[in-house]
Amino acid sequence: MTRVNVSSVINAPAVKVWNQIRNFNGLPEWHPAVVESFIEGDNPADQISCIRNFRLVDGGLIRERLLALSDYDFSCIYSILESPLGVHNYVANLKLIPITDGERTFAEWSAEFECSSDQEMDLIKKIGQDVFQAGFNALKKRFQ
Amino acid sequence: MVSVNRSTIIEAPIKNVWDILRDFNDHYKWHPSIEKSEIEKDKGSTQIGSVRNFNLIGGERIREQLLSMSDIDYCLRYTVIQSDISLKNYIAEIQLKPVTDEDWTFWSWNSEFETPKGKENELSELVAKEIYELGFESFKKKYNSNNNVPIRSNLNSREGDLECSAIILNQFGAPEQLQLVKINSPAPTANQVRLRQTAIGVNFIDIYCRTGYFNLLTPPGILGMEAAGVVIDKGADVTHLEVGQRAAYACPPLGAYTTVRTLDAELVVPLPDYIDNITAAAALLKGMTAEFLLNDVHSLKASETILIYAPAGGVGQILCQLAKDIGATVIGATSSREKADIAISVGADHVILPSEKSLVDQVMELTNGAGVNVIFDAVGKDSFSHSLAALSPCGHLISFGQASGDIGDRDISSLSSSSATISRPNYVHYTNTKEKVSKLTKRLFEAIKRKIVKINIGQKYPISEVARAHSNLEARNTTASSVLICE
Repeated sequence: MTRVNVSSVINAPAVKVWNQIRNFNGLPEWHPAVVESFIEGDNPADQISCIRNFRLVDGGLIRERLLALSDYDFSCIYSILESPLGVHNYVANLKLIPITDGERTFAEWSAEFECSSDQEMDLIKKIGQDVFQAGFNALKKRFQ
Repeated sequence: MVSVNRSTIIEAPIKNVWDILRDFNDHYKWHPSIEKSEIEKDKGSTQIGSVRNFNLIGGERIREQLLSMSDIDYCLRYTVIQSDISLKNYIAEIQLKPVTDEDWTFWSWNSEFETPKGKENELSELVAKEIYELGFESFKKKYNSNNNVPIRSNLNSREGDLECSAIILNQFGAPEQLQLVKINSPAPTANQVRLRQTAIGVNFIDIYCRTGYFNLLTPPGILGMEAAGVVIDKGADVTHLEVGQRAAYACPPLGAYTTVRTLDAELVVPLPDYIDNITAAAALLKGMTAEFLLNDVHSLKASETILIYAPAGGVGQILCQLAKDIGATVIGATSSREKADIAISVGADHVILPSEKSLVDQVMELTNGAGVNVIFDAVGKDSFSHSLAALSPCGHLISFGQASGDIGDRDISSLSSSSATISRPNYVHYTNTKEKVSKLTKRLFEAIKRKIVKINIGQKYPISEVARAHSNLEARNTTASSVLICE
């Protein structure tokens, strides 16, 4: 099992950041790597087990299933059903924790998956930097 | 059930923060609400089940037991097992998480407990503010002053950084722990100044910090409290220094052993033309010490006879010269004929060698049995009792260092046999404001200008030979001041 964990501090209250990211269909609104997204079968985006189907800027298609969503914990867990990445049993968690001193948020994005060992380092970098960190950078900029 | 949750960001790597927090007993070292804490029954302070027993500053006694600790999850839990404050079933958790993109630490501190009815708000406020929030604040202060190495490597250096050479102390121990490395000196903030340093003072306090005897630095870190150089840039709020001007300082926080230094400008003083940088690095800390000892700790009069230990040393030579200028009679106590000659050359009226004959007997002979009025003693353990015996009635013993070790516990009532006064001045308290430093340096610079005080530089070393400078000072193989020169 390979694990990627990226975390950051965003200069806005957790509720605000959560309102931006809780929409499971909303990646194109804030994530620079995602261009278009829809929820399959016209399900609501906050219905557990709904599937988002989105395209990356490089054209790659990804389908992900919502496994857990908690407005109370500011947490969203999802798995990859289909992707060009070459990962198996991929489960990721995007989670926010309020920082009580100052109006800031601790944001944590982690994933566990299996992959072929020769691709492992490349995937850690791709998922950690190009997906998770790029997302945080966009949020940091938005809430500067 | 009440629950309290507080969190913060510490701008330091998680490993460093956890290394400090995981010691269950050491929380008193950074938390101002806790007086000294002890682990009961010889257990280890990271041992599950161990009990820490401490007093809050208000006097309340609390015993807490370590329930769990995980170095993998950076987490520890503890419970209150006995307390003068009515907290029941109190279980607290300290949890750290890494902030990976900045190499910082997210720290959450939370607890659940029961209180007497109606006390919920009062007690949860107390825990949140007086324990958690105050703890965060003090931890940050302590950490920042104890960890002065810019963590940023050259890979992620920031705009305005300036690469320079520095001496890093990797861990407490022998002089060999000091190592020359490249670091980045950050651009000054509004009230800071950045100096290109050419001379760095080596003081005995540096040795205490290197060995860990003084808790002023958590390695890895940079030692040193004193240096001189040229202002290369300054913050917008700094008005008493100009870019291009020569300046010097002798103040905490540690961090002087570097070729470029960025620090708060408040205690940095401009240097007059007649004091070169090497003299300033040799004179400032020791000279300001001598000035406040003779003027603020004791107001020396011409009629008084004084005893100075180590009169050939850095502070000793300046004390002798200033005391002679005041008109006092000066006796020096030293360890060798060579050092005795130096003491005479800087104005000592008499020099005694306690290794040849009892210090007290010699002082009594020289003073016709009266004893001396004031003693300046930085030797500590080995000299303290002799010092007390050599004082005249109503005399003043000024203990300002412990080169031979801590003086330990002493009985105050025994002082009544001679109505002695003892002072234990701390450099920082006499030199911690711009006004104090300005007053002391004005007097010191004037004394240097009028040649009342001649600053002798006993040893000069290239900065790369700092280990040798420490070894020599520790072995008492030096005279006057030791200075590191930046090439």
